[in-house]
Amino acid sequence: MVSNKSKKKTAPAPETITVKVDGQAVDMPRTMPDPLTGEPVPTTMIQACKIAGVEIPHYCYHPKLPVAGNCRMCLVEYGMPALGPDRQPLLNEDGAPEIRRMTLPYEPGTPRGAIACATPVAPGMEIYANSPATRQMREAVLESLLINHPLDCPICDQAGECKLQEYSVEHGQAASRFVEQKVHKPKQVDLGPRIMLDAERCILCSRCIRFTKDIAGDDALGFVDRGSYSTLTTFPGKPFDNNYTLNTADICPVGALTSKDFRFQMRVWFLKESPSLCTSCGTGCNVVMGSREEQIYRYEPRENDAVNSSWLCDEGRLNYRWIGRPDRLADPLRDGQKTGDWPALLQAVAERLADAKPGSTAVIASARQTTEELFLLRRLAQRLDALSDTPARLGEADQLLVSADKNPNTNGARLSGFCFTEMGINLPKIASGIRRGKITNLIVFGEDVTRCGIDRALLQKVECLIVSDILPNETTARAHFLLPGCAHAEKRGTFVNVKGRLQRFFKAVEPPGRARPETEFLTDLVHRLTGESLPDNPEGLFNHMASEIKAFSKIRWSDLGDTGVDVPV
Amino acid sequence: MSLNIPKKLETAVNRTIRNYPQKRSASLMVLHAIQEHEGYISPEAVEWVARKLELEPINVHELVTFYPMFRQQAAGRRVIKICRTLSCALAGADGLRRHLCGKLGLDERDHRLQITEDGRFSLESVECLAGCGVAPVMMCGDDFHEGVTPEKADEILKEKE
Repeated sequence: MVSNKSKKKTAPAPETITVKVDGQAVDMPRTMPDPLTGEPVPTTMIQACKIAGVEIPHYCYHPKLPVAGNCRMCLVEYGMPALGPDRQPLLNEDGAPEIRRMTLPYEPGTPRGAIACATPVAPGMEIYANSPATRQMREAVLESLLINHPLDCPICDQAGECKLQEYSVEHGQAASRFVEQKVHKPKQVDLGPRIMLDAERCILCSRCIRFTKDIAGDDALGFVDRGSYSTLTTFPGKPFDNNYTLNTADICPVGALTSKDFRFQMRVWFLKESPSLCTSCGTGCNVVMGSREEQIYRYEPRENDAVNSSWLCDEGRLNYRWIGRPDRLADPLRDGQKTGDWPALLQAVAERLADAKPGSTAVIASARQTTEELFLLRRLAQRLDALSDTPARLGEADQLLVSADKNPNTNGARLSGFCFTEMGINLPKIASGIRRGKITNLIVFGEDVTRCGIDRALLQKVECLIVSDILPNETTARAHFLLPGCAHAEKRGTFVNVKGRLQRFFKAVEPPGRARPETEFLTDLVHRLTGESLPDNPEGLFNHMASEIKAFSKIRWSDLGDTGVDVPV
Repeated sequence: MSLNIPKKLETAVNRTIRNYPQKRSASLMVLHAIQEHEGYISPEAVEWVARKLELEPINVHELVTFYPMFRQQAAGRRVIKICRTLSCALAGADGLRRHLCGKLGLDERDHRLQITEDGRFSLESVECLAGCGVAPVMMCGDDFHEGVTPEKADEILKEKE
C-alpha cells in the first residue's frame, strides 16, 4: 500500500452511472465486486434498488451467493431511454430523454418485467419498483410459488421468519384460487446429521445448492426429477455432512431445510435476540443468540464481513448447551462450604492476598475470559508481583472459518499484558514455583490447571487456591475460595479475535444462582487490594482499559458498534 | 450389484471424453454408453461416471433423473415405447397399449416401465416420438414403427421373439 502511494498510483475511481428508482435519481457504481471472486461485475437492478433504499422482494437471490435467477420474485417493470434510428437518445419536448417502458414485443400493451437480480443497470434506466405492473408480477409469481406449497405454517419451524409468509402479507393474495390436487413430495427427509428436508415446502431457489458448492466447497446437493416433481436431494446414500450444513437452514427462505437441533423446540417469535459472539475458536464469528426465559435455544450467524461474512460453522453453532448445564457452578464456596455472602467472601480473599508475600502468588487465567477480566487480573498480578499466564488451546483449522486457536480471546490476553506472545511460557515456572514452595497462592480463572502441568499432587501444595469458573472440574473441586462466574452469554464484554478484530458481545440470559459477572468481583478485589476505584460497568471499564492499552487507544465502547474494530496485534 | 466396466468400454469412454473441451460436457454420451452396455444406469455407474468426469455423483444423478430415456432399473430384453402424446392418442395409441399389455400380461393402468415375467419384453409410455403424421407410433428397441395397429404390433413382437 505504502509503495503504491509513493508511486502515485491511485486506483481509478469507479465509474458511476445514474439510475432512477421509483422516480428518484440515484448515482451508483457501474460495477460492484462479485460475491465469490471479488472481480468487478456490472451492478444489477436489485443492488441499485438497495442503494436507493428500495427493497425488492427476492428468494433465490442472496448477496453472498452467485446469481441463479430462478425464483422470478424480483421481477420489476423498467424503462430505458428510447433511441432514434441514429442510435441517439430521443428527447422529449422539455429536452429530457424519452423513457420507454419495456413491453412484450408481440403485445405492446403488456409490460415486460426483468429479474432485478440478474439485469445490469444502464445509464438512464428507470426502475419502477412499485408500479402496478410490478406489483401484479409479484402477485402472480407468489401465487405460482404457493400452488404446491403445503401451507402447513402452524406446524412449520420457519413460521415467523419465512419469506413466503412475509411476501404473502406484502405482495400476495388473501385467498387461493387453486382447487386442483397439490403435487406431493417427500417429507421429513433425513438429509444429513443436522439437516431435515421437507421437499413440499421447497420453492427450488437453489440457495442451499449454491452455498454448499461455492462457499462450503462440498458439492453435495442437487435437484432430481426436474419438472413437476423437482426435489432437492443428496446423492442417495451420501449424507449431507460438512461443517457448514446448518447455514443452508439459515438461508433457506422457507421451511424446507430445518435444523434438527432447533426443530420444534421453540416458536421463533418467542425468542429474544441478543447480539453476541461464538466462543468455540479464535475467529470470533458474530452470532445472534435466541433465548427465552433464561434458556438459549439457538445461535444464528450475524453478518460481519470483517469476520464471518454471513456464515457460522455447525460445530460452533451447536456448542451452546453447556451454558445451561444443570451442574453449573452457582454458589460461591469457601473451603467447600456454600456461602451466600459475596462481600464477606471477597473481603476474606482480599485479606488473604494482602498478607501474601510479593511473588508468592501466581495467576492463571483462560483466554476464554473477556479482555476486561484479563485486564483486571493483570492489575491484581501487578499488585501481587505475581507470575501470570494463559494456556494455549490448539486444534484443527479449516479453509473457511474455523481457526486452529480454540481460545476466543488469545489476542485479548496478549494485549491486556496478561500473558506473553508465546502463551504458556510461564506455566512451567509457576509449576516449579509451587513445587519449591515459593508460590503458595494460586488464582485460577476459567481453566482446569490439572490439565496444564499443575497436577493434583502439586495443587495440594497450594495453601490458598482461589478459583473462578463456570463448570465444575478438578481445580474447582480443590478451591479454597470458589467464585462462580458467568458464561459470555450472561455478561457483556469484549474479545479480540485471531486477526485483531476487537468485538463486543451482550448479555442474553441471567447467570445461574448466585454466580456473578467476573468484572464485578474483580473490580471489587482490585479496589480492596490497591484502593483503585475502577468503573464496575462494562462500558466504563472498557473505556478505562482502552485508555491504558496502547493497541486500544482512543477506542470507546460505543465505537465498537455491531461489528467491532481492527486493532494492531 | 457391482459394476463391471470392460476395458474396451472404458477406452471408448475415455475417447469420448477427449472429444470435449470440458470433461463434464461428455456426460450424456458417457451415460448412453453405460446404459447401452449395462441396460440401465445403477448408482454405482453414476459414481463411476462422476469419477471419470471429475464431478460429484449428485451432478450426474441430476442428469439421470431428468432424462426419461435414462433408466435407473433394469428393463426387459426388448423395450417397447408407445407414444401417448396428442396425435398418437387421437389415432388409437391407448388401444394399442392396452392390446400389448393384455398380450404381455402387464398392468394397463401403469404407464411406467414394466417388465414381462419372462423378462423378454418391457413396455412403457413415452412422450412424442416425432412421428405425428403416421400415428400411432412405437419403438421396439432402436427400431421405429409407424401406423402401428394391434395386428401390426403382434407381427412386430413375433419378429422380435
